[in-house]
Amino acid sequence: MPAKIIVLTSGKGGVGKTTSAAAVAAGLAMRGHKTVVIDFDVGLRNLDLIMGCERRVVFDFINVINGDAKLNQALIRDKRNDNLYIFPTSQTRDKDALKRDGVERVLDELKDSFDYIICDSPAGIEHGAITALYFADVAVIVTNPEVSSVRDSDRIIGILASKSRRAEHNLDPVEIHLLLTRYSPDRVEKGEMLTIDDVKEILSIPLLGVVPESESVLRASNTGTPVVFDEGSPAGQAYLDAVARLLGEPRELRFLRPERRGFFRSLFGRA
Amino acid sequence: MRLLDFLFPERRNTAAIARDRLKIVLAHERASAQAPDFLPALQKDLLEVVGRYIEIRDDMLRVNVARAGDTSLLEINVELDGAVIKPVGNGAAPANPKPVPVAITVAKPDPTSEPPWVKPD
Ligand SMILES: Nc1ncnc2c1ncn2[C@@H]1O[C@H](COP(=O)(O)OP(=O)(O)OP(=O)(O)O)[C@@H](O)[C@H]1O
Ligand SMILES: [Mg+2]
Repeated sequence: MPAKIIVLTSGKGGVGKTTSAAAVAAGLAMRGHKTVVIDFDVGLRNLDLIMGCERRVVFDFINVINGDAKLNQALIRDKRNDNLYIFPTSQTRDKDALKRDGVERVLDELKDSFDYIICDSPAGIEHGAITALYFADVAVIVTNPEVSSVRDSDRIIGILASKSRRAEHNLDPVEIHLLLTRYSPDRVEKGEMLTIDDVKEILSIPLLGVVPESESVLRASNTGTPVVFDEGSPAGQAYLDAVARLLGEPRELRFLRPERRGFFRSLFGRA
Repeated sequence: MRLLDFLFPERRNTAAIARDRLKIVLAHERASAQAPDFLPALQKDLLEVVGRYIEIRDDMLRVNVARAGDTSLLEINVELDGAVIKPVGNGAAPANPKPVPVAITVAKPDPTSEPPWVKPD
């Protein structure tokens, strides 16, 4: 199977792209696929923190693009899973450092040794976000059930259909999936939050998964652990389900009902 | 919850309001995203030509591409309500005519398929 390039993108900031990129990459690695996750958020590098490898960064994406470092000097192998590699970005303020032909060269080289290349896009619809989605075979649209996030997702879907490499070269279109994150079943029940069906209907793209709002996400980021490694957590399981669907395995949606906290669970406060 | 809804009806189902607002705004934005790039320039030229005959404000002339089924339609609408028609030639036109509401429509879209007007920005 040729390597697949998957971008996690959203338009709107802070919806969970980096959390999801880390979780999906780690989930694919857990399933035995050799996976690298690349930080495209030049200037605001954060993937290294979420993956817990911030103290191991020596060379970065921009160094490799500019020929100042070799690929194997910049790639960081995850200590928890041998299939998982992290490719951190630089903190340069020069946003144009991400040159399209340089990115293409690096991606082509990565394709030789990986099954999946996961791209963590920056927010917005500027150069960085366009570069992150340009080479994608698959796009995961990370969306919160909230008006501005849904609207921005719609913009990004339009951009994928017109400005991606696949669109510009008249190839098969980018495969687009919806990943609904920070979903609160109890707020949906109260009529305060858009439902899954609302968002699906408005964006009319297939649903890859629903990740509930969960305390486990903050806990995981505190310790630099992709949330799928916390296998007991609802968010971790929801991400693993999404990864299974990405691999073509049907999975029922879970965690769609408000959590009824038992006495002991509220006592010990584990979500 | 039910009781609260009854006591404070404005609290009820804000998610449904969000859904309806999103549907409307996205219908508009999708239509304008598909609009060809020349629309703003065309609108400017048309304003100049129409402006030789009628005094209108910029926002009274709207250019839009609508889709109805398989065909695309170029629509040009000029609002004449409140416009002042300029005298033409040797006083052929009355100096102070009553404004007549007229719409110059090159083609009309299927009214069910598209939002009414999308102003190119
Ligand atoms: N399912 C969830 N439950 C609770 N908190 C979450 C969830 N998903 C994400 N968050 C929190 O939301 C915040 C933003 O997440 P993240 O950094 O992944 O978003 P992002 O889209 O990458 O942001 P940016 O656009 O700045 O890159 C973080 O504090 C994260 O912990
Ligand atoms: Mg991020």
